[in-house]
Amino acid sequence: MKVQLSINGERRTADVEPRKTLLDCLREDFGLTGSHTGCEHGVCGACTILLDGEPVRACLIFAVQADGYEITTIEGVAPAPGELSVIQDAFCETHGMQCGYCTPGMVLTATALLRDNPQPTRKEIVEAISGNICRCTGYGQIVEAIALAAERLAHANAPQRAKP
Amino acid sequence: MKPVPFDYVRPTSIEETCALLAADGDARVIAGGQSLVPMLAMRLARPARLIDILRLPELSGVRDDGNTVVIGAATRQAATEHHPLIKAKAPLLAKVFPWIGHPATRRRGTIGGSIAHADPSAEIPLVVATLDAEIVVREASGETTINAGEFFLGPMVTAIPQGGLLTEIRLPVWSQPRLGVSFHEVNARHSDFAFVCAAAQVGFDETTHCTACAVGIGGLGEFPVRLDRAAKALIGTDLDHAAIADAVDAAMAELDIWGDLHASAEYRRRVGGVLARRALIDARQAALECPQ
Repeated sequence: MKVQLSINGERRTADVEPRKTLLDCLREDFGLTGSHTGCEHGVCGACTILLDGEPVRACLIFAVQADGYEITTIEGVAPAPGELSVIQDAFCETHGMQCGYCTPGMVLTATALLRDNPQPTRKEIVEAISGNICRCTGYGQIVEAIALAAERLAHANAPQRAKP
Repeated sequence: MKPVPFDYVRPTSIEETCALLAADGDARVIAGGQSLVPMLAMRLARPARLIDILRLPELSGVRDDGNTVVIGAATRQAATEHHPLIKAKAPLLAKVFPWIGHPATRRRGTIGGSIAHADPSAEIPLVVATLDAEIVVREASGETTINAGEFFLGPMVTAIPQGGLLTEIRLPVWSQPRLGVSFHEVNARHSDFAFVCAAAQVGFDETTHCTACAVGIGGLGEFPVRLDRAAKALIGTDLDHAAIADAVDAAMAELDIWGDLHASAEYRRRVGGVLARRALIDARQAALECPQ
């Protein structure tokens, strides 16, 4: 079946079997291997992507179901080639990664969190990433990274979304 | 962890969906897919065809129908969780969302999907059973309404007939001036499957007399159960601790309870009773704190 997806702002098409997950489609048909394959049944969160801006599991959606949606993967987070987003930078600075396998999912989950809630409490950060497993158990630094990114974004000389 | 091959269709109306379902006994409905896709990946389900209903506009949304709150089957759990009408008129449902999967799965998972999946320990089926909600099923031949008490038949088995499509859920709205709800769950990790969970909703008049009461427990056996006899015994009382303990203990003694690797039948019986009592006590407290 033909599917048309908008991936990181670019319109792409693929011809896929209905049983192919969006995750496999992103990795195999489009070479976007930043979305990681973990448990393949929705438990670990390593494959988290943004679907119309919302974090979801790419292993629990078939590519044919995503037809027409806007998709953001980790490859679409940085402002320009060779640069990092504020959140990615904060992960580096606080050592918010060890093996790095969960990192793309964590970064995308954090990206959506800080967009909707620019100054989250520690509890809100923990709740937001509760569906993303870090098998190295480096949660302390991951939470720290998201808090640091929130602080930096609050002081950034960039337009901010008004608080509700 | 790859599903067997299947066909995929995305019908554009309920009528077309029902016709497709009626024509193919091996077809299955997919909405959010947060329970079905793992089953497909593990090949526990092998449908020949998936019928995607998630984009049918008539299946999505929440509306006030006076005595009931009507929720479209394909309404996302996340959209329901934050809906003002649900918070105001279906507070017991509003209460359980933090226990359902994770934020990322609630954004795709639907209300009707959880009910049709009928996991014995799932939270939304427990709420539906506790409040004895009406479940509306459409077939090519017409529409039928099934009470929650007759809807859940076993683990992942429901009264939806072959060729039927769950279209909406009607949750009763209670008219008591003071209403309280509560929910408790025991699981291995937050957001994991419940070993046991209990929900209660109680209503009071201007005095301290309970005038309406519903209590249910999930995870004990084949499907969530509503403790009708306990609720009946408690109406008219002040819902004091002793009355709650007597009513719940009597109701628990009648239940058939399963054990498995995670929790024995004895453990579930004990914890089920404790959680049901706690749910009633907390619901009473919440009701009495309501401004009159």
